Amino acid sequence: MSADQSVPTREVAQRVFAAEFNDASYTFKESDDDRAPVYALLPTGERANRVFFVGTLTETDDVGDDSEYWQGRIVDPTGTFFVYAGQYQPEAASTLRELEPPAYVAVVGKPRTYETDDGSITVSVRPESITPVDAATRDRWVAETAERTLDRIEAFDDEANEYARMAREEYGEDLSAHREAVVEALDSLDDDGASDDAAEPPVDGEP
Amino acid sequence: MSELQKHAAEIAAQFSDHTDVDAEEIEQRLDQLVSEYKVPVDEARRSVTNSLLEEADMDREELGRGGAEAVLVGEIDQDEQWVDVTVQVVDLWEPRSDSIAQVGLVGDESGRTKFVAFETSDLPELEEGASYKLANVVTDEYQGDYSIKLNRTTTITELDETVEVGDDTTTVDGALVDVQSGSGLIKRCPEEGCTRVLQNGRCSEHGEVDGEFDLRIKAVLDDGRQVQDVIFNREATEELTGIGLEDAKQQAQDALDTSVVAEGIRTDIVGRYYRVTGPTLGRYVLANEFERLERPTDTAAIRAAAGVDR
Repeated sequence: MSADQSVPTREVAQRVFAAEFNDASYTFKESDDDRAPVYALLPTGERANRVFFVGTLTETDDVGDDSEYWQGRIVDPTGTFFVYAGQYQPEAASTLRELEPPAYVAVVGKPRTYETDDGSITVSVRPESITPVDAATRDRWVAETAERTLDRIEAFDDEANEYARMAREEYGEDLSAHREAVVEALDSLDDDGASDDAAEPPVDGEP
Repeated sequence: MSELQKHAAEIAAQFSDHTDVDAEEIEQRLDQLVSEYKVPVDEARRSVTNSLLEEADMDREELGRGGAEAVLVGEIDQDEQWVDVTVQVVDLWEPRSDSIAQVGLVGDESGRTKFVAFETSDLPELEEGASYKLANVVTDEYQGDYSIKLNRTTTITELDETVEVGDDTTTVDGALVDVQSGSGLIKRCPEEGCTRVLQNGRCSEHGEVDGEFDLRIKAVLDDGRQVQDVIFNREATEELTGIGLEDAKQQAQDALDTSVVAEGIRTDIVGRYYRVTGPTLGRYVLANEFERLERPTDTAAIRAAAGVDR
């Protein structure tokens, strides 16, 4: 890449639990430009063009017809992320092909939505990368995501928060489920004493 | 610009905050003293300055030490300000344009900043490692980064003592979310002082050259609020990945492809959390020190926030 002059600012990777992410079915653009980034609207009032999450890969499946198209189920304390990688995501696809579940993985990717035959909208992730990680990284992500989610809930009533306003219109203003998800997620850590630095990483049972 | 014009501009700058004086008029007065009355320049300056003070009914103290304000480079946060700085020349770069006489980095206790001197200003050359007082320089802003421009009215005084350069070290925490192109086993231009990274065996300055292998990682740290580009040099890359330059060359040789090195690195580090500490250069933080962040630290505080909150 030699044209470093006008690098567009990179989109930040939002931290969001699976339960909230899977509800983020409303997408929008902020300009008419064909190549303008598409954002998923998070119910707690934030836009997400990229997400970062860490969870347990529980299942991989080649769901492609002619060519490989890998589906991965990645579980966090609140639900399941679905990732899909095909020929245009060769590295992520080969990771899904080669990894033996269960395994902790970190995923950087873009939210994607599609409408099913019955008209409901499914939210999934098109991965930019999937890498195997350890339990400590997973725990750190859970704590971080709990914190970021609480921050968003905290800012939900700010007058100036335009994404909260959009979220209220699209999804309603009851955030109690998301707050409960945060508490559950934190409980899953503390049961194993993960907040104690000396403790061994928790060994997750079958999710 | 003549010697006298320069002096006139400096005097005008000194008074500019207090009275409306005209550099041209000052120059005429100086010229009269110097050319007609054969007064030494210093004495002429003194005389003109004093008479201007008298005319404006000002005390010498009010004049302070010049029209430009003395600042630390780290304090510069406005475009087009006239300032004085006392700095060490940290680094000199190859000018990319014929109009530029010198370009590089200067620093003081507060940090570093880029400086540019133009050919047309006809200034004495700055030497790397030497310390100077640069009086009457102008601040400049580009995409949020500040620099200083030397100009015709800038006076350069070399100092005997060395100005200590503080490091503008920052620390960033985050998940490493991307390893960018130009990472892994790279080749640099072998020309003296060049070190540009080759693209397909070509240096953008020196054309086709026989490059020298090096190892580095350009990565992105992301904490969910903002992103920060970081660079690991060869030493840091070795420490981070355990892959040395020789290992990397061997890997590339075995695979007949240098990209396997970057791929291996990617798998090892993407998705993990790191804390990186080092100086800022442009949009990058140079990873002089780093550590892997393992366990979450303050779940108790987060729990409290989750519970107490409404």
